[in-house]
Amino acid sequence: MSEDVAVMQAPVYLQYHFTAGRAPTRFLRRLKEGVLSGQRCPRCSQVYIPPRGSCPACGVATEEEVILSDKGTVQSFTIVHIPIPGNPIDPPYVVANIVPDGANISFIHLLSECDNREVRIGQRVEAVWRPREEWTWAMENILYFRPLDEPDVAVERIGTLPVTGLEG
Amino acid sequence: MRDIAIVAYSQSPCVADAGAANEVELIMPQLQAVYAQVGIDNAQAVDFVCSGSCDYLQGAAFAFVAGVDALGAVPPIKESHVEMDAAWALYESVLKIRMGHADSALIYGFGKSSPGELPTVLSQRLDPYYLAPLWLDTVSLAALQARLLLEQGRVSERQMAEVVQRSRRNARANPLAQLAGDPSLDDLLAEEPFVAPLRRSDCAPVSDGAAAMIIATVEQARTWGVPYARLTGIDHRMENHNPCLRDLTRSTSTRQAAEALGVSDAPVDVAEIYAPFSHQEILLCEALGLGQETQVNPSGGVLAGNLMMASGLARVGEVFRRVVAGEARRGVAHATSGPCLQHNLVAIVEGA
Repeated sequence: MSEDVAVMQAPVYLQYHFTAGRAPTRFLRRLKEGVLSGQRCPRCSQVYIPPRGSCPACGVATEEEVILSDKGTVQSFTIVHIPIPGNPIDPPYVVANIVPDGANISFIHLLSECDNREVRIGQRVEAVWRPREEWTWAMENILYFRPLDEPDVAVERIGTLPVTGLEG
Repeated sequence: MRDIAIVAYSQSPCVADAGAANEVELIMPQLQAVYAQVGIDNAQAVDFVCSGSCDYLQGAAFAFVAGVDALGAVPPIKESHVEMDAAWALYESVLKIRMGHADSALIYGFGKSSPGELPTVLSQRLDPYYLAPLWLDTVSLAALQARLLLEQGRVSERQMAEVVQRSRRNARANPLAQLAGDPSLDDLLAEEPFVAPLRRSDCAPVSDGAAAMIIATVEQARTWGVPYARLTGIDHRMENHNPCLRDLTRSTSTRQAAEALGVSDAPVDVAEIYAPFSHQEILLCEALGLGQETQVNPSGGVLAGNLMMASGLARVGEVFRRVVAGEARRGVAHATSGPCLQHNLVAIVEGA
């Protein structure tokens, strides 16, 4: 009867009606239409995706919505070689920070249809969308990004391209 | 010891549901309001920033980090957070200034409680082995406390209804209040029990919103050239987390904090008390040693609107507003945290 109690089960379940926020809601509504959008800071002009309602650098509200390209530039990447529990993607696969043209910061997405050994910073990529009838309020509308046949972007220019891309 | 001045304060309306607004969108208008009161641009203009919030309320992991997006933290700022009411963020900021590590501080608190079931969410503050697995919600715990007080004859249901009536009446002059009106005592007492012996009107409503404050040394306040009030004392004490191990019919920690500050050494014109349940206001007035001359909760208190993680700071802010407006010379603010008034903070605000 002197057995130590080493483990007890006390599961916690809490239910929430989560809301994304007013600025993220605008972003998600555009995403359902197959469009990437951001918001521009009225003070420093940086364009944020996904927008959160403020410029974190200046601390002011962002209101102006900016339509972005679904083409972009690889800012950084990693190649995942280990299986992650619950992740349906078979390794090795590429996870990349991608700056869409017209924005100044990156988001994280998958990079595919490529030779993993040739993925590099500055590489030009474009979104591969799911069929239109599957679009919802989620980044999964984009299956992954794939390389574009365009010249690389110099490191110092990554995050500065206009919405018209390299040509602009 | 360096004297502390409160120079700016703003609070959002208490609303039952802030809709889609995220933490940044809740906080920013209050930050902009206090910046405008002082005449500064953003958080770069103060030496220290401290916030109070709890991610469990809205069910968003790291919402307290996301909230920093409201500040303008480029170049980097000195920033801290308490997983508590922002009244304790004020306490941390006071220490920073008193130690000479800062001359000014921005404090904010926010709570979006509407996405979850607040009384149940708060049950997870209890100890994880004995009480949290029972899902003992805050209203039930407060009802146990109220029952003890009623059985001992320390308070009556009529006195509790009087607290509610005064809150509703005072809240009519508070445009930020969620609940206001002029109910009769008979109407209040005729209400069905909610969690007996508590009626729904004995319990603070669930509210969404935020509050912000700027404090500084008196010298800095004079440099800014804005009206200010002096925060002449702040103290907090904590009791055992297990409600079974303390006397629920008294708030010993509040009394000790009030005594340490000398609350009763001079007249108290106004008191803003964080009592989420009507019986607790009676208990707290007693513990603070308040007499008839003190106006209690002229804002309506938290029975008129309860911004979790911001209402404690808001109590200090409400006293500040009245002192700066010349309506009071010396006021007391109280904040609470934990089940059945476990942890209590008392602050004294006086005219410049």
